[in-house]
Amino acid sequence: MKELSFEVNGKPVKVMAEDHHRLIDVLRNGLGLTGTKEGCGEGECGACTVIVDGRAVNSCLYPAMEIEGKRVTTVEGLTEPDNRLSALQRAFVEEGGIQCGFCTPGMLMSARALLDENPDPDPQEIREKLMGNLCRCTGYTQIVESIQKAAEYERKK
Amino acid sequence: MPEKPHVGMPLPRPDGPDKATGRAAYIHDLARPGMLYGKIKFSDQAHARIKRIDTSRAERLPGVMAVITAYNTPEIRIGFIRDNFALKKDKVRQHRDEIAAVAAVDARTAAEAIELISVEYEPLEAVFDPVQALAEGAPLIHEHDARGKPLPDNRLRLGFHHESGDVSAGRRAARHVAEGEFSTPLVQQSCMGTAGCIAEFDGTGNLTMWTKTQIPFLAQRDFNQALSAMGLRGKNTRVIVPALGGGFGSGLDTHAYEYIAILLARRTGRPVKIVYTRDEEFARLSPRQSTRTRISQGCDAEGRLTFRHIEVLQDNGAYTSWGATYPSVMMLPATSLYRVPNIYFDARLVYTNNTYCQAMRGYGNPELNWALESNMDELAEAAGMDALELRKLNCNQPEETTPMGLKVTTCGLSECLESVSEKLAWGEKRGSSKKRGVGMAALFHVGGGGRIYRSDGSGLFLKLDDFANVNVYYGGVEMGQGLHAVLCQMVAESLGVRPDQVFVNPTDTGTCPWDVGTHASRGAFMAGNAAVAACLQMRDKIFELARELYTSEVQKNIRRARKKDPGDEPPAFNFDLAAKRGDFDLRDGMVFPSNAPPDEIFAIDLGRLLRAAHFRQEGQMLAAEVFYDPPTELPDWEKGFGNMSASYAWGAQGAEVEVDTDTGEVKILRLVAAHDVGKVLNPVTIRGQIYGALAQGVGYALYEEIKCDEGRILNPNFRDYKIPTAAEMDFDIDLQFIETNDQAGPFGAKGVGESGMVPTAPAIANAIYDAIGVRLRDLPMTPERVLAALRKRSPGVE
Repeated sequence: MKELSFEVNGKPVKVMAEDHHRLIDVLRNGLGLTGTKEGCGEGECGACTVIVDGRAVNSCLYPAMEIEGKRVTTVEGLTEPDNRLSALQRAFVEEGGIQCGFCTPGMLMSARALLDENPDPDPQEIREKLMGNLCRCTGYTQIVESIQKAAEYERKK
Repeated sequence: MPEKPHVGMPLPRPDGPDKATGRAAYIHDLARPGMLYGKIKFSDQAHARIKRIDTSRAERLPGVMAVITAYNTPEIRIGFIRDNFALKKDKVRQHRDEIAAVAAVDARTAAEAIELISVEYEPLEAVFDPVQALAEGAPLIHEHDARGKPLPDNRLRLGFHHESGDVSAGRRAARHVAEGEFSTPLVQQSCMGTAGCIAEFDGTGNLTMWTKTQIPFLAQRDFNQALSAMGLRGKNTRVIVPALGGGFGSGLDTHAYEYIAILLARRTGRPVKIVYTRDEEFARLSPRQSTRTRISQGCDAEGRLTFRHIEVLQDNGAYTSWGATYPSVMMLPATSLYRVPNIYFDARLVYTNNTYCQAMRGYGNPELNWALESNMDELAEAAGMDALELRKLNCNQPEETTPMGLKVTTCGLSECLESVSEKLAWGEKRGSSKKRGVGMAALFHVGGGGRIYRSDGSGLFLKLDDFANVNVYYGGVEMGQGLHAVLCQMVAESLGVRPDQVFVNPTDTGTCPWDVGTHASRGAFMAGNAAVAACLQMRDKIFELARELYTSEVQKNIRRARKKDPGDEPPAFNFDLAAKRGDFDLRDGMVFPSNAPPDEIFAIDLGRLLRAAHFRQEGQMLAAEVFYDPPTELPDWEKGFGNMSASYAWGAQGAEVEVDTDTGEVKILRLVAAHDVGKVLNPVTIRGQIYGALAQGVGYALYEEIKCDEGRILNPNFRDYKIPTAAEMDFDIDLQFIETNDQAGPFGAKGVGESGMVPTAPAIANAIYDAIGVRLRDLPMTPERVLAALRKRSPGVE
């Protein structure tokens, strides 16, 4: 058991973890942030995607011990300070980017990382960046449209 | 009084915000006080006698609270022909058979304990090929049926058969005939959220199950039977459905893991959770059935179909789920897609030592359609006809009764074919280029429920509260398809309130009325019809109330207005007389006499009316209930006859592809889909249904196959089992919705959940044929298969 100190969604946290724990274990079980989903535990589906120091990572492959001192953003950290939906979340709700919702947190995090890097991505780039996030419900079209709309909202802001 | 229509508008799904913020709670996220974690020990043999199970080391592991096997628990039988068991005794029949299970304080300990259980087997001769399984002397998978009657062979005693007209005469009348054999693979539903449940007993022996199901009420019945088997006769199960994480048919049966959780919860006296890992989901849950179909069709000199002959062999695997009844749906296209006078259809199901199978989207229709629509193109070629012309010539029409006795009311098939032809630029592109090609396929499916059980019913309650919120209780399941969005819209519009006043409650057998399940594209159709009827009832009740209370409430309005502005006089209107006549309307949550002048002062907020009704001597509450069961027939499956749906869905899809003849790779350039949906209830959710189904259709066509070696699944992960990613789906998709306004449907709508994946694979196969002249007969159409087919066509050419 080791105490880890890092930042989650803008707030410093301390949490106890064991060597075998992965970042997703610490988030879901240690901190109660169950928005991050485990779809495969093998880094193949992307449902557990979170952002660590600006980069989208699979939290199921990320050893907890390596999170010390880093900044993590999860789906719970995407809302506006007053708990309103952010432009990205709103776009997913409006454009049909969500069906069963299990892949949604991971999709949103990959989309967030992409938009932070490029505020005006074309559909091709969006599809490339989403390749690690599987969705069985939507066929991706409306997810791509959601991200384009979010980009538009954010550029207008 | 202005009113915006709600039906047909892009209302955002009500569960969207919770899913976008990580609040939605799936089975993976739920916990109960004192909850233990269950884990199952599966067989690693396909067919073997169980000689000995040693659980002693697992029992001694600290943190393990119970270890169970079939030898220390009551026997629980599973499945509608009761050929499966929660835990296996004496012998295993498939690689994934459940042998033992543990409950432990955490998931890690449970997994560790499973490794400590050792099983000794005596291997038995096994059979994996459905044809060999039918051969004389094949090893028997089941020696007895559920009643103990000896079984002579591996054939399932389930008959699906249809004959109409005279097929021999139809053959003689045919100028052109095309024959072919086609196969479809095992496919995993691939829900992003894996299967799981929590079982919890209360102090009196009643059970609560939080479980990932599409059939909460049939599951309740199954679980109550298990309780009886456990000595808890008369005890009840309450089934609560959490956010689902995808269904696609995987929740149409109850599963061994659910009964194992129940047994462990009973043994330990604590809640027990079992959630499958992705590996378990792939290798230990039932995939979609695999089939082999032999088809021949013929047409006369003009191209009119004269006969159709179809034989299907379906590999059931080792046990039987509802998915075994796929042929009940295969019969629909087999008998009723296009006009065919002489038909023979027969399906045989056979036990093997392969993994047993279950339902998936389309339920037999994609399997049959693959053979039928591929063969239609073969027939067109044999007849020297354009494939579109052949389809148009034999196209179904509105108001016809098909050979199966299906009463077609609306039929937009010819419009769908036209639309696909136009969007594909069929006339210009078909047969025009090497390596690029266009193809199409049509579809026919249930669109108004599907009576596969004695009941096809759905109950629905409405309840109004003090604030004019409309609470809707429906027993079907929101799987992600957008049922709750369209239900909100239909209730808002039928009742006359705003959509944000409508709350659809979570599915719970303890609070919701009975429903047969969410399958057969029936959710929106059933819930909608029930909702429309319940809203009509509710409006009558509201207006009855208004008759009594309107006058005093409107007088309050007038007094208030005068207080604010003494000079304010309302328009002349005898509201007392209007109230007595009782002819009211309700729009946007406001009640007013139908003939009232358009002034707010004459409109009473529904909430005010309800509070006045609640807070008085001899008060009353307003609720409405409807049980909708469509006017359909349970078909006689052995005769293949009966009108199983209240309306029928039609569609056509087209593909343009490019084939690399060096690598065998098929690149989709565009897909077009035209669907007769009756009426678009919500343009966002309906597009989502078709886009999603198309992606599953593309996976079915090109990528997806569970690979087995002697019953062992070789690719139980997303690395080796590829579902389409955003990159594979990177091509234009053109959707067209044909609105035929079916009278049977709510607001004219038909069911759309499944039909989108039905014709995708044959449309792509037909496009491949147009591109390179090679007919592919086995799904998926992998590069290896394309290359092999090319080589077979031109032997010696590399």
